[in-house]
Amino acid sequence: MRILKYLLQKEFLQIFRNKSMLPIIFVMPILQLCILSFAATYDMKNTNIYVVDKDLSNQSRELISKFNGSPFFTVKEIGFSEEAAEKELFKDHIDAILVFNEDFGKSVDLNTQASVQILVNAINASSAGLYNAYITSVIKDYNLSITPNFAELSQGNQHNIVNSTYSHQFNPEMKYIPYMLPGLLVLLVTVISLFLSAMNVVREKEIGTIEQINVTPIRKSQFLLAKLIPFLIIGFFELGIGLLVATFGFQIPFLGSVWLIYLVAFVYLIAILGLGLFISTQTDTQQQAMFIAWFFMVIFLLMSGLFTPIESMPEWGQKLNILNPIAYFIKIIRMIMLKGSGFFDILKELGILSIFAISSITIAVRMHKKIA
Amino acid sequence: MNSKQKVIRVKNMYKKFGEFTANDDLSFEVEAGEIFGFLGANGAGKTTAIKILCGLSYPTSGEISVAGFDVYNERESVKRNIGYMSQKFSLYEDLTVFENIRFYGGIYGLSKSEINSKADNLLKKLDLEHARDKRISALPLGWKQKLAFSVAIFHDPKIVFLDEPTGGVDPVTRRQFWDLIYDAARSGITVFVTTHYMDEAEYCDRVSIMVDGKIEALDTPEKLKKQFNAADMDQVFLSLARKATNIE
Repeated sequence: MRILKYLLQKEFLQIFRNKSMLPIIFVMPILQLCILSFAATYDMKNTNIYVVDKDLSNQSRELISKFNGSPFFTVKEIGFSEEAAEKELFKDHIDAILVFNEDFGKSVDLNTQASVQILVNAINASSAGLYNAYITSVIKDYNLSITPNFAELSQGNQHNIVNSTYSHQFNPEMKYIPYMLPGLLVLLVTVISLFLSAMNVVREKEIGTIEQINVTPIRKSQFLLAKLIPFLIIGFFELGIGLLVATFGFQIPFLGSVWLIYLVAFVYLIAILGLGLFISTQTDTQQQAMFIAWFFMVIFLLMSGLFTPIESMPEWGQKLNILNPIAYFIKIIRMIMLKGSGFFDILKELGILSIFAISSITIAVRMHKKIA
Repeated sequence: MNSKQKVIRVKNMYKKFGEFTANDDLSFEVEAGEIFGFLGANGAGKTTAIKILCGLSYPTSGEISVAGFDVYNERESVKRNIGYMSQKFSLYEDLTVFENIRFYGGIYGLSKSEINSKADNLLKKLDLEHARDKRISALPLGWKQKLAFSVAIFHDPKIVFLDEPTGGVDPVTRRQFWDLIYDAARSGITVFVTTHYMDEAEYCDRVSIMVDGKIEALDTPEKLKKQFNAADMDQVFLSLARKATNIE
């Protein structure tokens, strides 16, 4: 125990003496949370549309005015030629084209099939899907506004439109920040702890002090524990800042227990730090350690469901995620914060994380050699 | 302490890296309190041997005991009884002089009061009291090396291994460094030192000279000079090293 105390004292002195570390620990998390929370959004705000109105009827104008009135759309231009519109789409000046053919107004009046053509820029498939959905919902809205008219016309005919209504549980306004921010918190904690731990032991190899440590009777577990504890504390600290920013800065609902999040974070961080230390033991320079840590980070992160829903991944991808600690922690932290899930709701995920933690730390201790 | 006591016994030690034999059938013994010079050109296998003796590397075969403990099975006991100063400078540059002393004292299990009083004595002896709270990175190389040596024997080990401790320092500082080594030897610590400065070989009680992984000569500097009919150790070394095939 006393030996561990001296080791820890040395680690903390070194961490706080490293001038580039302090901004990383204190400033980076807040910046990262703020920038990413505002920028990494699934919401559509400014969809620029080009309208080709060959009809110029009351009906087409009415529909166009609905787009104009919507906060999500800007009608960039109204023209007559599809070619001109496509050129604009080509130049990326607009995101979608809406085409009214000559008979649009007439068809609406005659209560026959009236159609509007929509062309969207689908380079980014997910935003194309969103354009489509938003445009369709505006048109549907227009449809409803004219339905009473033809309901009157066709008295007796039953127009029982099946209406589905939604209730969005746990995030009623479908805001993206409550959804994204818990995930970003996980990202933040992971980046710091994985990189710091991966670079640490290898740094002692680089400067040669590891040899001096290795000729002493220090036990491997003592040495690695002294490397682990400071980063665990830093990780907790980061998480704390993040939770404060999330609840007080972004006013995210926090339904569950902070202690439960910390319990999960403890297990999770052991897993990540174990991985970092393992990387450290397998590399000879900080540069190598960086690249390997980066490799794991990118894969874990992109597969984690933070930016793309796991459900839409191919099946093998979803299966791979069984091994992705980030995915579990993101899932758990969302459950706890947004749904108020308790210990027994997250038991399965926590169990899996515990297995990760135990195995990664065991492997790290095993692979750390006191002997060349 | 019984001066006849053997603190290092090496018998038929081999270390092979694939086809290459770095240590080829080494056998020698070092007595307690002795300053044992372990000489050889670069690449002769000195560092390999010293790492095995310190428990940093496994030998391929051979019977080796250090401070009375077997290097295969009692590695941690070996480590408790030795000090080591490597070629690579090994104090923490971002810690102060005192913090380094406290750290190494602490991990060898010295108590806080022991560390404080010994540190004060040490700094007085090295004339480094003014630098107590300076970072290592701010010290000149010669001071760093004297300090590194003092830290290596801070826990009063039975044996201290020095792997080319004086590389890159001026002759005056080297002379001062050797004064520290004599002090340590007088206090009963056995000194096992590698060097390729032949004037330093003259300061040793006994020297062994390694060529191509083998020990070609082992005796006191006086006897070696007589044996090779040489004026100084430099000539002794040159007449042996001419046989070498893999000098880098």
